[in-house]
Amino acid sequence: MNFDFSDDQKLLADQVKRYLDDNCGMDRVRQVLTGSPRMAQDVWEGLARMGLLGTAVPESYGGAGAGYAELCLVAQQLGAHIAPVPFGSTVYLVAEALLLWGSQAQQEYWLPQICAGTVKGALATVESVGQLTPGQIHAEVVNGALCGKKVVVTDGGVADLYLVMAKHGDQLSLFLVERAAQVDVLNVDSVDLSRDVAQVNFQNAPAQLLVAQGWNALEVLQNRAAVLYAFEQLGGAQRALDMAVAYAQERFAFGRAIGSFQAIKHMLADMFVSLKLAESNCYYAAWALANNTADLPLAAATARVSATQAFQLCAKDNIQVHGGMGFTWEFDCHLYYRRSNYLALELGSLSEWEARLVEALPRVENI
Amino acid sequence: MDFTDTPAEAAFREQARDFIAANAPHYLAEHLAKSGFGHTNTGEHDALTEAKKWQRTKAQAGWACLQWPTEFGGRGASPIENVIWSQEEGLYSRLTGTFIIGQGMCAPTLMAFADPSHNTRLLPKLASGEEVWCQLFSEPHGGSDLAGLRTKAEKDGDEWLVNGQKIWTSGAQHSDYGLLITRTDATVAKHKGLTMFFLDMKSPGVRIVPIKQANGNSEFNEVYFENVRIPDDQRVGGVGEGWRVAITTLMNERMAIGGSIATGFPEILEWAQSAQLNGRPALEDPNVKSKLADWYVKAAGLKNNASRQITTLSKGGLPGPENSMGKLVAGNMMQDIAKFALDLQGLSGVLVDPSVAEGAARFQAMLLRSPAVRIEGGTDQILRNIIGERVLGLPEDMRADKGIAFSDIPTSAL
Repeated sequence: MNFDFSDDQKLLADQVKRYLDDNCGMDRVRQVLTGSPRMAQDVWEGLARMGLLGTAVPESYGGAGAGYAELCLVAQQLGAHIAPVPFGSTVYLVAEALLLWGSQAQQEYWLPQICAGTVKGALATVESVGQLTPGQIHAEVVNGALCGKKVVVTDGGVADLYLVMAKHGDQLSLFLVERAAQVDVLNVDSVDLSRDVAQVNFQNAPAQLLVAQGWNALEVLQNRAAVLYAFEQLGGAQRALDMAVAYAQERFAFGRAIGSFQAIKHMLADMFVSLKLAESNCYYAAWALANNTADLPLAAATARVSATQAFQLCAKDNIQVHGGMGFTWEFDCHLYYRRSNYLALELGSLSEWEARLVEALPRVENI
Repeated sequence: MDFTDTPAEAAFREQARDFIAANAPHYLAEHLAKSGFGHTNTGEHDALTEAKKWQRTKAQAGWACLQWPTEFGGRGASPIENVIWSQEEGLYSRLTGTFIIGQGMCAPTLMAFADPSHNTRLLPKLASGEEVWCQLFSEPHGGSDLAGLRTKAEKDGDEWLVNGQKIWTSGAQHSDYGLLITRTDATVAKHKGLTMFFLDMKSPGVRIVPIKQANGNSEFNEVYFENVRIPDDQRVGGVGEGWRVAITTLMNERMAIGGSIATGFPEILEWAQSAQLNGRPALEDPNVKSKLADWYVKAAGLKNNASRQITTLSKGGLPGPENSMGKLVAGNMMQDIAKFALDLQGLSGVLVDPSVAEGAARFQAMLLRSPAVRIEGGTDQILRNIIGERVLGLPEDMRADKGIAFSDIPTSAL
């Protein structure tokens, strides 16, 4: 039994941290807020050069052939820096789906391009307001051509390859659709201005079947991605807490550092507790993901729920600790607040994951 | 990262399992399984007698206090072996509550500060459960402000003369020894005038008075000292070093209870999995789902955090102040769970008579006991201070007792 990352894994995390500190600081993130496209292409290329896009992809497909524990640590650093790159969409979702269900030809064609950073991916499922349900999907593939509109596609404006949920005969399936003339993309603003978000209208776009039992497949994919996104949330939560602690130590009011007031100190202690609980749940989930254990659905939902709670709490109370300055555009607090609320909905809302967690709980006599 | 046993760990687990299969008091299993919150159910058998018996059986075969050195009655086992043992002991660990304070808090303090000749004599009896220890720290004027304690010890030849009062001492009535912190100098700053001792609880002048608690039970006691004599060689650590010694005890306290503390989660889950709400399984109710998920991630987070602490310890690290979060999370959670369970029971939730109340009134017992969890062993507020100051490095609050002699510190009217 050993409940810690190895020294090699920690070294990798440190390398990623240093790269992002140097190349993806807050000034770089801020350039994206008002720019177009809403991503940092230079950072994306840097991550590709470091081999990080293929962290968990086998070497035969151009990846690094490391594992999911390593990928979790990369995710944590991306989350801490709120890196404006389509990493989750491309790596946790599209590359994962190809690894899980792609034919050999599909894998050989797409994965090396993804690892090289020349193909970016996006998952397109949602068609209307409200929780994603099978009945919500009207997009349909007939004779290999996809018609339908997806209304919120993370990284949809920069994607080259879409993973699309659509009707196919009498069932839902996941399809691969390349960016082409038949794909109409409209960028839209979201709560997180450091993310590319688009509405994507497919009009007879050529679609390749990836996996037929689409709804079940999506749940499998989400369980795996949830662990990785949870590590992004963890990274963001830690950074928000660090910002709040630093400010509480340096900001004086009533003749003393505000961190000496129990009202502030206890708020920070609660942020820490929330973060530590999430971190420990994420560590367990990283192991479950890396070893594909039978309890992955429960471990993933647990990591997801607690990491969502921790990031939302730390980001919102980081603003509170900063007082009025925390509500200014210049201070970075709102960037983390925005990201925390975006990630809370990416892959399904907190209440959806709570329900999934409860469904995955064993009968009590087995606990 | 690896949560599976190494071959050596698997072999150790097998050994533990064999010992338990052959020696555990299986006749108590069905009673222990029905233990309510805060009490050990041993059916028609006496709980203290059974606890001592199981402890002795374990000690004779080297399965008591596994991490202690063998000369003190332990096994010299690793932190991970200790965890494996706890997992295997399972239900029967409910018999060990009586010994937690002695073995988990007093013993590590004695090992760090007491004279080795005392340790070779006292610790094996503590390990085997032959002797029970209590911790005499809190006072009417020194709870959260523990260093404000007033029980006085004055040197008299080779002895110390102790006068004063302790409160909230669990298990004092069946303890053989106690770890006692006293004030030996009121003319210096409050943290500097303290000294630790151990004493025989049967010493003349020691009077134990049970406290009738808000929930009607009496787990805690007041302990009065009237001219109690303690030999100087029962001093634990130097004169005036009592605060440093007490911190050792308290850090071990948070480690001893932080990882394994009851949260109420298994109970509420069991209830939700079997109960009906408005004619449908309670588990289908969105509100129930949301609450259960929230509590589960906290319970799982505590368990996984404890596993991380074990890894830290097995690499030679020490239990850190972040362990303060265990009781902080568990105490609040238990109170919330109890309140929610009663809410779901409607007006029937008011019943506390076990013969008629839902689930033998276990959630009602939890409701009435849980306020104490948020106070005993460090209040929620003190724990948040510890996290804020010792983990996050925030500055101390401004204090009115800094840098002045204890005798000059303002106090409330007596």
